[in-house]
This record gives sequence, C-alpha cells and structure tokens, in this order.
Amino acid sequence: MLRHLHRWPGLLAAALVLALSLSGAALSLFPAIERLAAPPELRGQTVADLAARVLQTHPGLEQIRRSPSGRITAYWFDADQAGAAEVDPATGQDIASADQGAIQRWLTDFHRSLLLDDTGRYVTATGALAMLVLALSGAVLVARRQGGWRKWAAPIRGPRAGRWHAELARVAVFGLGLSAATALWMVASTFDLLPVDEANPAFPQTVSGVTGLSPAEMAALQAVPVSDLRDLTFPYAQDAADVFTLTTGSGTGYVDQGTGTLLVWQVPGHWTAAGEWIYLLHTGDGAALWGLALGLAALTVPVLAVTGGLVWWRNRRSRPRLAGMVAASAAETVLLVGSEGGSTWGFADALARALQTHGQKVHLAPLSSFAPRTYARAERLVVFTATWGDGDAPASARGALERIADAAPRRGVPMVVLGFGDRSFPGFCAFAEAVAAAAQTAGWVMPLDLDLIDRQSPQGFARWSRAFGDLIGLPLDIVCQPAAPRSTELRLVSRRDYGKAVQAPMAILRFALPRVSLWQRLAGRGLGTFRAGDLLGIVPEGSNVPRLYSLASGKADGFVEIVVRRHTGGLCSGQLLALQPGDTVRGFVQLNPGFHPVRSKAPLILIGAGTGIGPLAGFLRANGGLRPMYLWFGARHPQADFLFADDLAAWQGNGRLTALHTAFSRTGARHHVQDALRQDAEAIRSLMARGAQVMVCGGREMAQGVREALDDILAPAGLSPALLKAGGRYAEDVY
Amino acid sequence: MKTLIAALALSTALIAPGLAAARPVTLTVNMADYGGRGAYLAVYVTDASGAYAGSLWMAGGKSKYYKHLTDWSRFTGGDVAEVDGITGASVGAGRTLEVSMDLADALFDAGYTLHVDAAAEDMRDSPNEVALPLTAAGAGQPAPGRRYIADVTYGF
Repeated sequence: MLRHLHRWPGLLAAALVLALSLSGAALSLFPAIERLAAPPELRGQTVADLAARVLQTHPGLEQIRRSPSGRITAYWFDADQAGAAEVDPATGQDIASADQGAIQRWLTDFHRSLLLDDTGRYVTATGALAMLVLALSGAVLVARRQGGWRKWAAPIRGPRAGRWHAELARVAVFGLGLSAATALWMVASTFDLLPVDEANPAFPQTVSGVTGLSPAEMAALQAVPVSDLRDLTFPYAQDAADVFTLTTGSGTGYVDQGTGTLLVWQVPGHWTAAGEWIYLLHTGDGAALWGLALGLAALTVPVLAVTGGLVWWRNRRSRPRLAGMVAASAAETVLLVGSEGGSTWGFADALARALQTHGQKVHLAPLSSFAPRTYARAERLVVFTATWGDGDAPASARGALERIADAAPRRGVPMVVLGFGDRSFPGFCAFAEAVAAAAQTAGWVMPLDLDLIDRQSPQGFARWSRAFGDLIGLPLDIVCQPAAPRSTELRLVSRRDYGKAVQAPMAILRFALPRVSLWQRLAGRGLGTFRAGDLLGIVPEGSNVPRLYSLASGKADGFVEIVVRRHTGGLCSGQLLALQPGDTVRGFVQLNPGFHPVRSKAPLILIGAGTGIGPLAGFLRANGGLRPMYLWFGARHPQADFLFADDLAAWQGNGRLTALHTAFSRTGARHHVQDALRQDAEAIRSLMARGAQVMVCGGREMAQGVREALDDILAPAGLSPALLKAGGRYAEDVY
Repeated sequence: MKTLIAALALSTALIAPGLAAARPVTLTVNMADYGGRGAYLAVYVTDASGAYAGSLWMAGGKSKYYKHLTDWSRFTGGDVAEVDGITGASVGAGRTLEVSMDLADALFDAGYTLHVDAAAEDMRDSPNEVALPLTAAGAGQPAPGRRYIADVTYGF
C-alpha cells in the first residue's frame, strides 16, 4: 500500500514536480543575490533618520518599504509622476530600479501558477500535494528499508539505482517535504481558505491637525530601528487630517504628522505571524542561506525521478508472466512469492516451468494473496520469499504473516518454505524464518527444513530443487541464473602461483581489462564499472551456472584480478588454474555494494584468511588517500601461501598499509587469524575507539571464528560485531 | 464588456427615491505598459464633501490584497460587501478594462468625483491613481493616470 502511495504520485506527477522543483531551485538564488547586492545596513539607524534622508532626495516621498533581505525601496510622486527606486539608507540616494527583473518575475509566475493564473495555481497545488505524499511515504520507506527510524543515517546498501534514490532522498526529504507543505499553506492563503487576522487598526478619531514636523523629529519613528521596518506610508500632502502609517515586524500603527506620537498600534494575529514564517521558510526571502539549502534539495528531484523510475521499471520487468498457469483452485502446486526487487520471481518461474514439464498444474501468485481455502486441488504449497530491510515483508508479501496466522491450514497439504537473501545483511532471510515459524504455529505440515539461498546462488537453488524433487517424487535439478548476465571475454595476462607445498594450490590471476568502444559502453556491454570487493562471475565450460569470485582490483587499476584456490573436483577452479597467459575465459561483474569500504578517514581493519585476502588487497592498492589500514591475515605457511607478500611489503613502505599482522597455521605458534586478533586485542579496541570499520573476507568457519574473537575482544568496550554491523561498521564477504 | 446595474451597488444614499432616472455609462480604463503583473483596480465615487459614496467596480478577485488599494480600503474598512457582485479579474499591463453600468443622472454635475486606486504585486501601491469629476461635459474626455493607468474615460 505504502509503495503504491509512493509510486503513483511519483510517476504521474513527475513532470509537474520536476518543473516546480527546477524553477524553485532557480528562484532560490534570488534572495542570496539580493542579500549580496543590498548596501550594508547602518547600525542603529532609526526609521526617523532614514525617512529624513530619503525625503531630502525625494520631496514627494509617499512610501518607504524594507524587504526581508534588507533592500529599501522608496516610492514618490514628483509633479504628479509616480517614481520608485531602491535607495541607499546611508545617503537616501537612488541606487537601482525598484522593479523586479523580468526573469525573476517570469520564474515566480511559472513556479506558482505555470503562467496560468488561478487554474495554474490549482495545478501546482496538486504538484505540491504529490510532493508531500512522496516525501512522507518516502520517509517511511527509507526508515523501513533501514530497519527503523533510528538507523536513518546508517550506510545504505543495495543495487545502484535504489541506493542512490535512498541516499539522496534521506537528506533531501526534509527540504522537499517542507517546501511542499509550506507551498500548500501559501496556496490556501492565496485562495482565502485561512483565517485573516492581519493588523488593520481603526483610523484614529482625532488627530492634532498640525503639519510640517520633520520625520527626523518624530518620537514614534525615532523609536524604531530600520532593521525592524516593513513599511512607512506618508500622509497625503495638504491633508492635515491624514497620518503616517507605520508597519514593523511586530505590528501596524498610525503616527500623528504634527506631534510625531503614536496614535494607534495593533499587533497581527497568530495566523499572520505563522504565515510570515511559512513565507520565509518557503522562499528563503530574508534567510538567504536557508533558501540556497532548499534550492539544493530541489535539485535532487530530477535525480530522484530518474532513479525512482528505474527502480519501478526494473521491478516491473522482472515479474514473470507464466504461460500455461492454472487458477488457484485447480493447481496441484501453489507457488507463492514474496519478492522486493523481483529476482525471487525468477526462481519461482524456473520452478514453475520445471514442474510444468513434468505435467504438474501450477499456480503462481504473490505471497500477499495467501488464501488456503481457495487451493481446492492443491497437493502442496511452496513459498519463496525474500526479506526487506531487517526482517520486514517484501513488497509482494505484505500482510502475509497475519494471513498465515489467521487461516486454517489445509489438511494433508504440506508447505515448503525457501528463503532468499544476502548474508551480508543483518536480517538475512529473517522474513522467511518468520513465515516458516508462523506456518508451524498455525499447524501446517512442513516436511522440509527451511532452506536459505544466499545472493541468488544458482548452486544453492539447484541443491534445494533436488531435495524438493526427492520429496515430491519428481527428478528435479533446476539451473536458474536469474537475469542471465552478458559475459565478456577475459584474457589472462599473468598468474602468480602459491600453496603447492601445502597441498592447496592457488593463484592470483590477472586478466586484461577488455577494450570497450563507446557504443558498447553505452549499450551496457563490457564489464562495466567495478571496484575491489565486487564479484567476478566466471561461466566454466560445461556448465551454465556461473561461479562468483571476489575482485582484488578495481577498474581504475586497469586490470581484473581474482584469487582462486583449486577445489578437489571443482569444475570452475580447475579450469581457471589451468589457464596460461594468453588463454581466455568468459566473465561478468556482479556488484557487491555491501562489501565496499565506507568513505571515511577512520581506520579500516581488514581481516582475511587464504584467498579471502583478494578484495582486501584491492582495498589496500586503492588506498590513495592514505587512510590508516590494518591487515590481519591468516595462511598456512609463510613460504607456501603468503599471498601478495611482496605487494604487502611495498604497500607498507608507501603508507597504503599501516600495519600487517600475520598468523600461520603450519608453523611456529600454529595460529589462525582469530588467534592473532586475540593477541592484538588492545590495539583493536583502540582502533575501534577511533571509529574503525571492520571488513572480513574468507571462509564461513573463519568468519565465525573472527566474530567470536571480536565478541570477546570488544565486550569490555560495550561493542560487538552484531552492533557494529547494525551501524554499518562491520562487513563480511563469506563463501 | 461587463454590463450591470451599478446603481444597485452604490450605497443607498445614491439611489434615493425620485432619482430613478439613470443613463447607461461606459467606463474605459486603458492600462499603461508598467512592466509588472496584472493590476488590482478599485473604482469608486466620493461626494462633494470628499466622503465615500459607493463603489462601481473592483478588478481583482482576492480580497486579501484589497488593503493595497489604500484609499478605497480606508474608506470602506476593506469591507468586501462593498464590491459584492461587481468584481472582475485583475487587468494586465497594456490591456483595457471596459465596464458598462447604469448611473443615476443625479451623480453628474453634483460635485461627485470618480476615483481609481491601483496596485500590483511587488510594485508600489497607487491610491487615487485617477480622480475625475463626474460632469456631463467631461464625458469622452480621457483623464491620465499616474503610474499604472494610461487614461480613464467615461462616456454615455
């Protein structure tokens, strides 16, 4: 529901909101320009002094106005001809034309009514309303994505378009929401929908009837500093019954032209005072810096529109239409999907097609439509679901937990749940676990344990499909590579071999960066942009399922580098380690934004073992800004598998690596990397106190060991890897 | 062309019994090229003693801006009822406002004066932009304005 609320105003009003925000951004410059151009204020100058000076220049003076930015304008009649000019308060002389420039006037008219008067005001008000709905629903979505309002400022992860959308939005949403809300107030005020309580004092019953006193002598004008002036209107010449009308920041009153005393004074009501604040907040008139900040917020709207559109389009395209699908009441297998980005639909589609080839009748539907009473012919229910944020339901599973809890289970119909997620997120598959638990509580028979698929792993899914096939008596082995990546030919330029002596052959493989023409780049061919920590997918010969390797280099390094260890019977690692310089493989880049160093000057603690050093070496190589980086590295033997040994020494020499700590398991103390960490506990605590970020790469067991070691090390400081992870300071890349 | 029975809108003092004789009058206001947004205009009449007699026309629909028609606003206390039913759109620079109404004969050659107050956004207020005695002889004679109005003419 919330997503619909965010999506439809966004798509429908995009052009209108764009026009309003861009014109608003341009208008935000004017208060600043006016502020810079205005002559300096005279400290302590009174309205009496100002009026006397201007009166010397313009004897027919009728009115003096001061704008919020400090610009002073005089209006007069000379020989029955109206005149107006901006004046210098120090001299009373004209310095510029009083009229607003044509550009500013055009922009203002466009911004508030699209040059269409009242009709246009209704249209722009609709645009402001759309913006307000977008800002409010967007703020709730950001909070949900981040796992709560308190994590508003935590680093954002995810695919590029969505991440940029959220990054910009969480800063700009305050300015945009405020602009929209104040705009609606101003429209309401323009159309007289708000109470009017401006100061409008009654004209005095009696005046002195004397004329000729100089404004300089008037006590009521001497009491008001120019900085507080809004407007001073002079009495008509030759009308002894008339008075001076004085408006200041605090009210409006009449001043006797013969005695110079204040006759009446009235303070405006709360609506007027609030309206003036609203006007200042919306226009920045009188608060130039604030205006510029609002203008910057408005400038994010085009980017938000494009990235938001991309997110919507991708989600839409990745939702499959299943050919030959039957109604829910006729299906033997009901397959329910909880998907956020749409990739889970791809897996569901693959399973549905595989079941169809075995003659099964399949119904595919979003998990939010869960309604077991309608599954009349169902022999089994299969639930595929991803997780949103820290464990919330993804888009197509909204309300599913409540439906599962409320509906009675179908007798004799088993349910199988499979979770999809990313282990680098704190709430990995938390929603799938919640679904499984809710189904268990509701009394569903669940013959398979909950299985979890990490980062769309094709291998993991193939394994699950075999287990599921065994359960239902069908020979399933489903290969599903969602959104089949376009691979590029990569040519090996060098290899450095390690580990033969300890029966763990491994190599650092360096491929040339493939040459890509501008057209290919625009068409999205080639490897695209990548950084160390992203993943290189290699499609081995004889298999469709790519294997993912952490990249040890970024595009800026000019080569593509990975570290591969040979696994017994491993198809892909065997082929890669057989490569000689000049040979080629096909590969593609899969971004892994959860495993990049956060941009910061705080220390970076890198912990890796074996081939896990790959991306960490890439971070060190890219450490141009000479951020303090500390590496804890575990291997077997310094003479056998000390990967990157020469590079590490060189980086230590030129400041890219601050300190190196090693642990070798086949020599000396027979230490693992977690043992080295415990030894250096004091150093680690002091680095964490300086705001250090931790990045861990290696095997699952090693990562577990590191977590336990850091739990012990950081407990005295009141920290833990889980807490750090929630704050975006602990990242793992585990295989 | 706006036609109305202005006598109805004028305060009751102007339509005393026996003064029912009225004639159709066309008021033409030519705006100057003052280089700003559409101007608000208040057209009203004062009597021989200079007291407010009644309003004839209000160009400009949003009453919150009427206070910038300073004289009219002071005479009427900004009372919107004074221009109820005789309100039209604001008049752009270089445009012409033409209003037709039936005015009581008694208004002419009796010391009454026709006034126009003008104001435009972000520009000066111009009260009493035009002050024009209502006389039979003055019909068809354009009177110049001071800031926003090029000239004003009334004709039978």
